[in-house]
Amino acid sequence: MASLKPGEANLGTTIMAVKFDGGVVVGADSRTSTGTYVANRVTDKLTKVHDRIYCCRSGSAADTQAIADVVNYHLDLYTAQHGGPPTVSVAASLFQEICYQNKGNLSAGIIVAGWDKHNGGSVFEIPLGGSLHQQQFAIGGSGSTYIYGYCDKTFRPGMSKEECIQFVKNAVSLAMARDGSSGGVIRLAVITPDGVERTVVYGDRLPTQYSD
Amino acid sequence: MDPVTLELPHTLQRPGHAVAQEPMTRPAGPIVTGTSVVAFKYRDGIIMAADCLASYGSLARFRSENRLFKVNETTLLGAAGDMGDFQYMKHKLEDVMTHEYDMDDGQRLGTKSVYKCLSNIMYGRRTAINPLWNAYVVGGVDGGERVLGYVDLYGTTYTADAVATGFGKQIAIPMLRRRVEGRADEISEEEAVAILDDCMRVLFYRDCRALNKLRRAKVTAQGVEISEPYSLETNWTYAESIVGYGA
Amino acid sequence: MTSIGTGYDLSVSTYSPDGRVFQVEYAQKAVDNSGTAIGLRVKDGVVLAVEKIKHSRLLVPGSNKRIMTAGRHIGVAAAGWMSDTRHLVKRARDEAHHYHSVYKADIPAKIIAERMGMYVQAYTLYSSVRPFGVSTILACVDTDGPQLYMVEPSGQFTGYRGCAAGKGKQAAKTEIEKLKLEELTVRDAVKEAARIIYAAHDEAKDKLFELELSWICAESGMLHAHVPADVLAEAIQHAERSLDEDDDDDDEMEDEDL
Repeated sequence: MASLKPGEANLGTTIMAVKFDGGVVVGADSRTSTGTYVANRVTDKLTKVHDRIYCCRSGSAADTQAIADVVNYHLDLYTAQHGGPPTVSVAASLFQEICYQNKGNLSAGIIVAGWDKHNGGSVFEIPLGGSLHQQQFAIGGSGSTYIYGYCDKTFRPGMSKEECIQFVKNAVSLAMARDGSSGGVIRLAVITPDGVERTVVYGDRLPTQYSD
Repeated sequence: MDPVTLELPHTLQRPGHAVAQEPMTRPAGPIVTGTSVVAFKYRDGIIMAADCLASYGSLARFRSENRLFKVNETTLLGAAGDMGDFQYMKHKLEDVMTHEYDMDDGQRLGTKSVYKCLSNIMYGRRTAINPLWNAYVVGGVDGGERVLGYVDLYGTTYTADAVATGFGKQIAIPMLRRRVEGRADEISEEEAVAILDDCMRVLFYRDCRALNKLRRAKVTAQGVEISEPYSLETNWTYAESIVGYGA
Repeated sequence: MTSIGTGYDLSVSTYSPDGRVFQVEYAQKAVDNSGTAIGLRVKDGVVLAVEKIKHSRLLVPGSNKRIMTAGRHIGVAAAGWMSDTRHLVKRARDEAHHYHSVYKADIPAKIIAERMGMYVQAYTLYSSVRPFGVSTILACVDTDGPQLYMVEPSGQFTGYRGCAAGKGKQAAKTEIEKLKLEELTVRDAVKEAARIIYAAHDEAKDKLFELELSWICAESGMLHAHVPADVLAEAIQHAERSLDEDDDDDDEMEDEDL
């Protein structure tokens, strides 16, 4: 399996997406590292691939940017040909196709989330091997391993938009606190039929938790 | 039709042939994995089970995965190993079935043919030194005959009255040898379910990659039926009698 | 060349002075010589019907189908050369397959109609090729509901509520226009389609024919399939009865004349 090359920028990362009635919330930390050096402390790992479809990138910065760009290109083409926006599932399938067919050469763990008129909000996860998994919520990146317990305990199907936002903030900040490869600010995007609302929670304004 | 490739837009294409040839690399192994599939013949057809877990190393990452797939009206496929490769195989088989449907010639692809098709794909890939990292169990009723076969990443194939993959080979097969082999024709559906549940329960106890949330499926003359996920009763009471190292 | 205006019909790569491509029009003639094919888009599905003219009693009933399937969910009914049809159906299957392998979703009707149109159109550009002598009627139920398109030898593709091609197309279109397609169910549409094919059939010119009927609806699992034998039999019965009634009407009118 593809591993990072010496000196390659790594999205050590905590990324997350949660579905609610009428949309999705996506969130991510902002740390990019090369080894133990923080190459960028305000990275934007939430990448738009279409009007109402975002991806959260983890793994190699270069690989995931290249993949997102290719998917973005295909979705623009799709929109022109179909005269309307793609579904989130179509976007996820494109990501999967690239990740699966090139799995030996890529280091990419991607969450695809968004809203479309056929299925409402939906969340898909494409981990390293290029498989595709639809989920109620998804967490990914090195930081996610520290918060499986918290997420499983906290998540309830049918949470409101506000509850989902709080859930993402809490979960990502907990991961950032324990994962050396995650940190910085929390970036959030709320995707609904009305549009995409992006916010930032500064590194000194994160939710507080036990920190001895 | 050519295999699917998503071309990179020309502005993003790799330098390609200009660079010195590096040694060819292949995916090193399975990443997101499913564990055992267990299946055997019984009076009315084939019964099969697989749990709903897709592991990521030792992490129980996806817990609602369906590893049983209805190929057509008479054929069921159970998959262990890499879930990405399994999804690829599902698409491939769907394409085959669509082609068959479009032919509209009154012929159906029987279980034996599906098994052969699957085996050829698996052996072809291992020969190309690019195996699909799976072990599959194919079950079905083909012209009134029960068919149950196994094929894995090496292209190894065999048919038997009871078939299992992975840990199931070590744990379920010995149980099935006693309870199924030689008496497949006598086993009622009720008994088959009881035997299968016993196997899956022991696998849950003894396989670190197993989950007590599983699906069961059967193929009979009436067709393929895959259950919703369910859980098994488990028993831990003897823990009370074990204190200390238990010597 | 004897006079101006002739010699322009030998190749699709040359226009006539008044801006026509005769080879394409001749291809359309090939379609017009064929048995009638119709499509009906109704509220809960799509129905295709074809008058398959049989040139021999020795043909096995049900053979040489003129309605085919491309990618399970698309029906193709054809009027024109069957050899050309089979080529186009193969193309439609390849398009459906390729789309599915990229997007993991069924190809929508308008996309496959557009791609088939583009393909057919390319055969109206080069002197080395002959345009397709076939009009294909594409039926499909996609996320936007039931869809019906027709692709003609020129490469023109158009969406319809109801359409017809082949030698009985005028009679068929007149009948289709009388239908309230938005209110019809596929069960009704199957009978109407059979009636229209029987009505458009010219007994004097073609003695033998076979009705082919297919649909896409809930009953077919939203896949394209030939209608079951009992539905077909019922539809044929309905069609024959309607024809008899028309004949009776004619007789009555004759009586009045007397």
